[in-house]
Amino acid sequence: MTDAALTPAQSAKARARAESEARLKRRYRAEARFRFYGRAAIILALAFLVLLLGRIGLQGYSTFTDYRVSLPVQVNADRVDMADLGGSNFNLTVAESALALLGETDDPYGEASAEMMAILSGDMGFQILDRLREDPSLVGQTITVQGPMKANASLYYKGQISRDTEVGGRLLSDRQLDWLDELRERGVVSGGFNWTFLSRSDSTEPEQAGVWGAVVGSAMMLFVTAMLAAPIGVLAATYLEEFAPKNRWTDIIEVNINNLAAVPSIIYGLLGLAVFINWLAVPRSSPLLGGLVLALMSLPTIIIATRSALRAVPPSIREAALAVGASRTQTVFHHVLPLAMPGMMTGVILSLAHALGETAPLLMIGMVSFVPGVPETLTSAATVLPVQIFIWENASERAFHERTAAAIIVLLVFMVLMNLVAVLVRRRFERRW
Amino acid sequence: MTPMSNPRSSFKMTAQRDDALASAGTSRAAVGKVSATDVSVFYGDKQALFDVSLDMPDRMVTALIGPSGCGKSTFLRCINRMNDTIPGARVDGKIILDGEDINDRKVDPVLLRARVGMVFQKPNPFPKSIFENVAYGPRIHGFADNKTELADIVESSLKRAGLWKEVADRLQAPGTSLSGGQQQRLVIARAIAVSPEVILMDEPCSALDPIATAKIEELIDDLRSQYCIVIVTHSMAQAARVSQRTAFFHMGAVVEAGATDEIFTNPRDTRTQDYITGRFG
Repeated sequence: MTDAALTPAQSAKARARAESEARLKRRYRAEARFRFYGRAAIILALAFLVLLLGRIGLQGYSTFTDYRVSLPVQVNADRVDMADLGGSNFNLTVAESALALLGETDDPYGEASAEMMAILSGDMGFQILDRLREDPSLVGQTITVQGPMKANASLYYKGQISRDTEVGGRLLSDRQLDWLDELRERGVVSGGFNWTFLSRSDSTEPEQAGVWGAVVGSAMMLFVTAMLAAPIGVLAATYLEEFAPKNRWTDIIEVNINNLAAVPSIIYGLLGLAVFINWLAVPRSSPLLGGLVLALMSLPTIIIATRSALRAVPPSIREAALAVGASRTQTVFHHVLPLAMPGMMTGVILSLAHALGETAPLLMIGMVSFVPGVPETLTSAATVLPVQIFIWENASERAFHERTAAAIIVLLVFMVLMNLVAVLVRRRFERRW
Repeated sequence: MTPMSNPRSSFKMTAQRDDALASAGTSRAAVGKVSATDVSVFYGDKQALFDVSLDMPDRMVTALIGPSGCGKSTFLRCINRMNDTIPGARVDGKIILDGEDINDRKVDPVLLRARVGMVFQKPNPFPKSIFENVAYGPRIHGFADNKTELADIVESSLKRAGLWKEVADRLQAPGTSLSGGQQQRLVIARAIAVSPEVILMDEPCSALDPIATAKIEELIDDLRSQYCIVIVTHSMAQAARVSQRTAFFHMGAVVEAGATDEIFTNPRDTRTQDYITGRFG
């Protein structure tokens, strides 16, 4: 059959079919393109996430092992002034014992002992001091002390500093490296899990620095935030959504809540500075103050999340309760709130997780300070995890950099745990059909 | 006697009773259990109901029929003041329940709703157990002094709703696990558990299959002996089957109201005739 044989109607039909096939093909191509873009976006996002977590992991994992040395220390009686125990230089005693172990003697200028002190943590000196205070009869005897290596020495054992590293970058002399090798060969050095990092607070010495103080500070601050923001936010949202009349005033309030949720967090820090510190005289740098500021910051988010959870409850449930003669309050508390609970809890926990990672407002209220202890009360000075990370990142010592990454890991674990709680809570409440 | 087996006889009875009612005189309030006079409803500026007057007698089923958006559900929601819960809604006119104006300041809408139960179009059991669904009303109104009494109320309500046999062994199962028809009967049991005098039903069968619908209709006819029932329905067949009185709504006003068989066999208004013969609506 040739084209000429086709009637006009037939050829029009064929043309229409060809057009519709072309349209169909274009549609499929558009869909395939869109799917490709979507997958590419996800892969890109995942790649960044892996890169980020990988880098933090690689930089931080070495913090969780450390090297400890156990030395027999000869406590020389003529070095110890029993009248003023704290005045004695026990670090020198430890260094001399270490030198003796290696069969070396100190030179007249004390250079060898000074170099030895630079690879052994000052913690061991304090241990001897503590034990002598407890039992003065130990003077003149040999006692075994176990303590961490200086952070730089640990970095050498971990392979992050080697003999090839230029001397300026490694801060260890060849002689110190020789001693380190020898100490290891004698079996007095052992590697293990770095409990110090998890059980101690900030310190000027990286090998004695830990995150425990910051973890406790974060937990206390979050407690204050949760105690304030959750009930206030849930009640405010419930009132606005279920009871308040819909008029100009509630519209204004709603718009303002939405705007407050978008206010940069550092502004809340300024507010905290002006209101809580200068006016209400809340102690600076305390978990109470941080909690107050973060509660203010979380409130809009919690209110918005709670309102949308309440709005998601089908109106038929409200009608059902009203129709059997429940009052408005009974309707809300017996039926609406239980149904909205999973959504509300998720909103609250996620905004608390957000508050946990918040740094900027805390800088404004003086939480960025060196706090070497664990906070005891809500009003004592404290630091929190994200601020601790900020402080360590600014430290010059090499060992603090791996601790920065490790603190980030701790913070992430903290957050993952909170999100896990959010998921479990949601499951728990949703299981009630 | 079920209405399904012999609907004619009940219609006849109704007709006779209706005549009696009609001859009782002009005092409207004395006639209806619920008696509406010149009820108008506004949603904001929009008027949804125009001067509706209607009597709904006790121990009878009154059906409200009419095309979509004609105001029959709006009228129904006036009777238990559910319109109060809609922002911007305003109800004018008088609705008398047992000689008392329900829109009076002294009448508490919460207590009124215990006297005037309601069943909705879509079954809406609480997301709680079957037992809790029925027990909720009596509990908040303090009808039961102890657990045994409460269990008795639940059992008798479920029995009256014709659901007891199907759920007796799983009262702790979630109410939402029942089928659509069972859920609707559960909701009716929930409504009668607070011993209402009037039961309002807003298209109770429109989400159900024919078998479930038949069961609900049977139940409505059983309940008629104790309650004043007002039912909104889209199905004229249903109105003919279950109701003794019918009111035809159109454009927010009552066009015609009277005994059901009268309306269906001998409508006075041409619009009613057109509607029931399927010419519009």
